[in-house]
Amino acid sequence: MLVSINWLNKYVNTGEQTAEQLAEKITKSGIEVDGIEYIINEKSENVVVGYVKECEQHPDADKLRLCQVDVGEETLQIICGAPNVAQGQKVVVAKPGAVLPGNFKIKKVKLRGIESNGMICSLKELSVGDRFIPEQYEEGIVVLPEDTVVGEPVDALLNLDDAILEFDLTPNRADALSMIGVAYEVAAILDEEVNIPNPEVAATEENVADYISVSSEDPDLCPYYGAFIVKDVEIAPSPLWMQNALLAAGIRPINNVVDITNYVLMEYGQPLHAFDYDLLGSKEIVVRRAKNGEQIVTLDDQTRTLTNENLLITNGEKGIAMAGVMGGANTEVNNDTKNVLIEAAYFDAQTVRKAVNETGLRSDASTRFEKGVDPVRVREAGLRACELLVQYANGKLVDDAAEFNELKVEEANIDMNADEVNRRLGTDISIDEMKDILRKLRFDYELDGTNFVVTIPTRRGDITLFEDMLEEVARIYGYDNLPFTLPANASKPGGLTAEQLLKRNIKKYLQSVGLYEAITYSLVDKKATEILTSPELSTNLIPVPLSMPMSEDHQYLRLSLLPELLNRLTYNVARKQANVALYEVGSIFLSEEAEITKQPKEALRIAGAITGKWHEHKWQQELKQADFYVAKGIVEGLFEYVHIDVTYEQAKVEGMHPGRCAIVKADGETIGFVGQVHPKIAKEKDLKETYVFDLNLDYILAKDRGELVYTTVPKYPSILRDVAFVVKADVHAGDMEATIVKAGGPLVKKVEAFDVYTGENVAEDEKSVAFNIHYEDPEKTLTDEEVEASFENIVTTMSEKFEATIRS
Amino acid sequence: MKDQLQAIEKEALEQIAQIETLKDLQDVQVTYLGKKGSITGVLRGMGKLSPEERPVIGEMANKVRESIQTNLAEKKEAIELKELEIQLEAEKIDVTLPGRPVRVGGTHILHSIIEEIEDHFIGLGYEIKEGPEVETDYYNFEALNLPKGHPARDMQDSFYITNELLLRTHTSPVQARTMNALDGEPIRMICPGKVYRRDSDDATHSHQFTQIEGLYVDKNVRMSDLKGTLDLFAKKMFGTDREIRLRPSFFPFTEPSVEMDISCKVCSGEGCSVCKKTGWIEILGAGMVHPKVLEMAGYDPKVYTGFAFGMGPDRIAMLKYGVDDIRRFYTNDVRFLQQFHEA
Repeated sequence: MLVSINWLNKYVNTGEQTAEQLAEKITKSGIEVDGIEYIINEKSENVVVGYVKECEQHPDADKLRLCQVDVGEETLQIICGAPNVAQGQKVVVAKPGAVLPGNFKIKKVKLRGIESNGMICSLKELSVGDRFIPEQYEEGIVVLPEDTVVGEPVDALLNLDDAILEFDLTPNRADALSMIGVAYEVAAILDEEVNIPNPEVAATEENVADYISVSSEDPDLCPYYGAFIVKDVEIAPSPLWMQNALLAAGIRPINNVVDITNYVLMEYGQPLHAFDYDLLGSKEIVVRRAKNGEQIVTLDDQTRTLTNENLLITNGEKGIAMAGVMGGANTEVNNDTKNVLIEAAYFDAQTVRKAVNETGLRSDASTRFEKGVDPVRVREAGLRACELLVQYANGKLVDDAAEFNELKVEEANIDMNADEVNRRLGTDISIDEMKDILRKLRFDYELDGTNFVVTIPTRRGDITLFEDMLEEVARIYGYDNLPFTLPANASKPGGLTAEQLLKRNIKKYLQSVGLYEAITYSLVDKKATEILTSPELSTNLIPVPLSMPMSEDHQYLRLSLLPELLNRLTYNVARKQANVALYEVGSIFLSEEAEITKQPKEALRIAGAITGKWHEHKWQQELKQADFYVAKGIVEGLFEYVHIDVTYEQAKVEGMHPGRCAIVKADGETIGFVGQVHPKIAKEKDLKETYVFDLNLDYILAKDRGELVYTTVPKYPSILRDVAFVVKADVHAGDMEATIVKAGGPLVKKVEAFDVYTGENVAEDEKSVAFNIHYEDPEKTLTDEEVEASFENIVTTMSEKFEATIRS
Repeated sequence: MKDQLQAIEKEALEQIAQIETLKDLQDVQVTYLGKKGSITGVLRGMGKLSPEERPVIGEMANKVRESIQTNLAEKKEAIELKELEIQLEAEKIDVTLPGRPVRVGGTHILHSIIEEIEDHFIGLGYEIKEGPEVETDYYNFEALNLPKGHPARDMQDSFYITNELLLRTHTSPVQARTMNALDGEPIRMICPGKVYRRDSDDATHSHQFTQIEGLYVDKNVRMSDLKGTLDLFAKKMFGTDREIRLRPSFFPFTEPSVEMDISCKVCSGEGCSVCKKTGWIEILGAGMVHPKVLEMAGYDPKVYTGFAFGMGPDRIAMLKYGVDDIRRFYTNDVRFLQQFHEA
């Protein structure tokens, strides 16, 4: 809502304060003023109305005119270059000594040998903002109305001294969608009087029933319809002040009839529509639901196909307007219009809203219907328009409105106990102060002891509860004046749950080993739902689509964090950041339904992606590219950190390198995977070798780690045995390790592969894997016999299981 | 013999003082203390002494020996120290060369802000609650006093999946769920998370962003408690020199509703381009929990009152660090992420 302060001043005296001061007060009281716009950028001085008494061709210049201009006290000879200057015009004159914007001083000058004492101005020269310039003044000088008084300053006349407040209205404050509503608000804030127009029109003695009858077939959707007939209107431009007011409100002036309906729309917040009465084709207005498939051509020449949920204004037979949305082309007011029908109606907000959403035809008018108009101002607004039509279009009002009226106007009464108000606000506002607040708001009340019964005016349909009144009292009292307190209730211990704390710590772990946390989009494209989902997830998953996506890129809920993490690597690599390691904690959305009927299961994952160099110390020539074992090392560290025993098994995962991917298992269940992204996919994403992991964070967080119990730090020396086994090349070191641990018995504390060898002295299809075997007994010093027995069992078992031989 | 011993001691100590190398030291030791050394020589002549003199001379000889030994030991230490110094000097390296890099990562700035807010309120007795990102229409809207067709639903155009399911447009449904689950018990909670709105991504809009909300429900909770709580928070988050201002506003789930501004840090309230010349910057929305919301969640609004507040970490990060484009939070450029190590 754009509020012209000059226009506002017609209803409430805002006094001498600046627009900024007024804006600050309005903002603090509940309507946010988002900005202030001025008609002119810079003020001019010594600019007055002049009358062009004579206008001749400059003898020495084709494009210049020599004008004698009466400016009241004197007549000035002014040379003017505007093509539209003519004898008999009232114009805007900058007299010698005037200073125009840009510090442009007007002096006596000679142009082609002839003296010029001033300048006839255009609005642009007065620095009027483009959007405030009426169409007819866009080119050339301003030609003022004939009745303008010569010698007067032009500021008020051209509304140059106005400032416009841009209201950012919250949906509840529909009352402030009108100048009158704003006036009530500002009057309450400033404690000023409100002066509301009281339309008075002299009507003809005819009977409106001879012209029109009105009915509504659906009183729920249209409980009131008033039709005023104004005859013999003369279509012409509207008066300058009205054009200026409309421009200030952001509406382009068109002609007097349309401008008047728009002016009243802004003034009362009541949308009106003007029909060309002679084009109605009947003498009746019937408001009814449209038939399914019924069509109407609207003012924008679009054919609209309607349903029976749309409300249609008809001439008893065919549609002439979509109720509250747009008029029909068949009854549009045009330059030949003589008699108009002014519609002032109350339409159901939801019905208008629905039609607006279907057609996309949101307008100043429909917005007001959608939010609900003030029922007591519908008829009055129609009458106000008639008053203006009589005044500014020379029309004659026939009788009074033809009406259909089943509108129930009820004012709400709200109980408001003063002590309760103070208890809820934490204040100590006296009864007298509350009375004063209600007086400023112009809310009637009855008071019995500390109990107010407040009658809410219909313009404030947003106030229905005690709590709404609480806000009204608080905001007029001033939120600034509320005390600062903290709740006096018994406090409770706050804190993170064990899972929340562990989640934070796991993130810290990943950061401490060099990964940056990323946040990526949950909505992904189709392709991203087809790769890199963790193998333990159901194979029947169906990606969940949005019903109306905004783009193909953000169409489905993700089934893995990895595709988008890879895109983030691509983004970085494309910006010469070749070495990137990111991780993310986030939800994936699991559903097996082709037609979604219930919320998808949201599973928390922790995933990482690494590409480029992992470690480099240049001057010491150390270089380590990210590889499988870098990624796996991070995952191993993570599980060590959270005390969860896991195993790794070679596996194939869609989108992963078929030979370089391991699934991670805990308690026999797969809980994720780690490995190299399939080079084909990496290439599609312009990535070199890239490694990823994706783990079930729900499992990790929920895993019962049992009570932490201290075990003695070993007192007795451990014994280390090294052994290298030669096995077939496809035997997994992990399986060998597990076998050694098992065969070695309880004394084996730890087994670590420390060398893998192929080549000389090892057969071509074989490899040698060397292990450190750590022996330890917490109770006593180990004996050679014990270790030897265990070792022999290891060798035997390895031989049986893998045909392993000891490499000597 | 006394004189002889004294002469030996004097001579030896003089020689020791001159020693510069360990080899010289060895030689001096042999000269005086060796099997064929001077003192041994003296002791050998002890046989010629009277039984009375023997212990006297013997004691004296021992003292001289000890004196020489002590001096030799001190000298040895001094020489070794000096040699070590020479050796260490030779081992000098260029300490200005870069060290072996240790990789560090960092928390995403939005999560840093969320954790900071969480920790502040945990200190005041709040708990952290989370909820689903795909919500039912009921919890996202209806339970929050936004029935179907409510005009305020326009404020947050949504990504629907079905007529009844959508991506949550705010974290408020977590409040509604928690209230429902707690069934009438007092609540102090903070709920952070991702939210989604039908916006085209540009410098100030993102179809996905983060939100963090708080809820306090108990008996006799006053609007002044909300004001005090927000003031405490603003000063903690933005600095003790910040002023707060509450303005009336509108949210369907609170009444009265407020918006909180903090005084602009850039211009200290004078008015600048950051605060659009108002001196104030909008930070969060809040209000007293709407009686209908309490009622729907099973709290008697005549007994229980409460306040709720909500804000956008994205916006806070943009204001606090001058981030110019909301998309930077989601493109995850490492050069951007790296800047917030310690934030």
